[in-house]
Amino acid sequence: MGEVDWGFIVEQTFIQALGLNAAVYAIAAIGLNMHFGYAGLLNFGQAGFVAMGAYGMGIAVNQWGLPVWVAVLMGMLFAVVFALLLGIPTLRLRADYLAIVTIAAAEIVRLVARSTSLRDITRGAEGLNEFIGPFREFNPFDPSATYGIGFVQYRGNAFFAIIIGWTLAALFVLITWLLIRSPWGRVVKAIREDENAARALGKNAYRFKMQALIIGGVMGGFAGMVDAVGKATVQPDFFQASLTFFFWLVLILGGVGRVWAPIVGSMMYWGLITFVQNTGRQLVDNGVIQTTIMDVNQIDQIRYWVVGGALALLMVYRPQGIFGSREEMALDAR
Amino acid sequence: MPGDTGTGLLGGVAAEPGVPKPDPILTVDGMRKSFGGILAVDVHHLAVQRGIITALIGPNGAGKTTFFNLLTGFDDEDKGTTTFNGDNIDGKSPHALARRGMVRTFQLTKSLTKLSVIDNMKLGARGQRGESLWRSLLAPLWNDQERQIEEQADDLLARFKLDHMRQEYAGTLSGGQRKLLEMARALMSRPDLIMLDEPMAGVNPALTQSLLEHVKDLRDHGISVVFVEHDMDVVRDISDWVVVMAEGAVIAEGPHDSITANASVIDAYLGTHHDAPLDFDTKLGGS
Repeated sequence: MGEVDWGFIVEQTFIQALGLNAAVYAIAAIGLNMHFGYAGLLNFGQAGFVAMGAYGMGIAVNQWGLPVWVAVLMGMLFAVVFALLLGIPTLRLRADYLAIVTIAAAEIVRLVARSTSLRDITRGAEGLNEFIGPFREFNPFDPSATYGIGFVQYRGNAFFAIIIGWTLAALFVLITWLLIRSPWGRVVKAIREDENAARALGKNAYRFKMQALIIGGVMGGFAGMVDAVGKATVQPDFFQASLTFFFWLVLILGGVGRVWAPIVGSMMYWGLITFVQNTGRQLVDNGVIQTTIMDVNQIDQIRYWVVGGALALLMVYRPQGIFGSREEMALDAR
Repeated sequence: MPGDTGTGLLGGVAAEPGVPKPDPILTVDGMRKSFGGILAVDVHHLAVQRGIITALIGPNGAGKTTFFNLLTGFDDEDKGTTTFNGDNIDGKSPHALARRGMVRTFQLTKSLTKLSVIDNMKLGARGQRGESLWRSLLAPLWNDQERQIEEQADDLLARFKLDHMRQEYAGTLSGGQRKLLEMARALMSRPDLIMLDEPMAGVNPALTQSLLEHVKDLRDHGISVVFVEHDMDVVRDISDWVVVMAEGAVIAEGPHDSITANASVIDAYLGTHHDAPLDFDTKLGGS
């Protein structure tokens, strides 16, 4: 029996809300925002783009020993190829088809990557684990020291990946903002609203949708690369279909079609999940919750209940998300 | 009278289906389209004169909208040749046709609800530099053009009396205002030919007159107009030339007056035996 350590809980909450996972999810959700929030593309396979980025980069270094910058280009290239593979057959069809194809394609990527027949390239289920060396050479931070502000402290190697992650997230927000305020963004939003109207006004809808798919997909690829560098590993089962839906959760929490929303949504998601998990654990450890009711392992499931409940409440009281526009949302009902 | 300008251009042209025109902007030859076993469109020859308002009318199910979709590239014909401004446009996609100067509107208005009225307008302009992905990132490359487009859009909004709604979401407009917006947006591309699909459908009678005036206004600005309508009375005021379709074919064309007197048109609208004496009349008369 002890006291519930609220200081520790708050500390962990902030460390996770500003940490590597939050940055990775934010980047992937920024890409998804380009797809769905602006171009209206229903991408249910963002995890596939993330996997393509991580594997593209990882294979280049791990298997072929290529330099870091070539590896990053290869991660981007993998994401572009994936976007083309998905887009060429489906973007001429109605929006629903992209949704079906992406969800299946992302699973295909994961299953192919973990298959034993590709062990020479992807290392199968064991994953890529020997690529981090060349990246660490660029790390200006001391791996044995900690860095951060106040009680939010990270080890040198983690801090390096986190800085890269949030810098990319900010850069992608800026790029999204620049694109969307331009005439290009106007066309993309018009296609989201009514593709045929855009076509009747001389806009090649297919071309614009493909561009949006590639841009958002490459952002997803970068999420995978940041994750790989931060964790020093690429594991095929990280890229499960559920990962895509966590990106969606982050996007919807923040507010679809708002440039900053994915960043705030991701921080909220990771903050909330960590808070619930640590609070739950402490309550169980300190006997406030009897182990006959619940044990520590069950807390890990409960946290998703809480996030799900929070999302449900948000949909009832603030369906546009934290940043979304209620006015815009109301137009759908007309 | 503005109504004379258009008809004047077709003074010597005979009122018969498939008649050649002195200066056609659009011609169609041997166009056929069937859906399964149903032959929806079967037009042997049709020329649309430049600079006038041509009404395409016909009873429901005559194939007007299908014909319209074929002309504007939204559907592919089985057979046939179409020229626009003298160029063959077979198999061209809708956006390619719009870039050549043929813009259409839709029967169910497609106002882009989550874009502001002014953004709806600006979207319509052709050849925008900022629509290229790379240039879009660098505002100085397209700012000047954007300002010109905005001026043009504001002029048109004033002309269509939508300027007070400039910043509103298009989704907040009424049905009639949306029709106006769609027409104004199509004009942003400075088209040679504007194709209006039932511009009066779903518009309250008070607004119909103002919409008709806008259509006449287009012609007076030198734009050729083709519009689809199934109500013959609506087209009386504004059409310089009327093309009548029934069962997929062009059955008559000519000035409005010649059409209303045309026996096959009356048959198409009212049924072949509409003037046969009714049975119960004779019976009533006999008793």
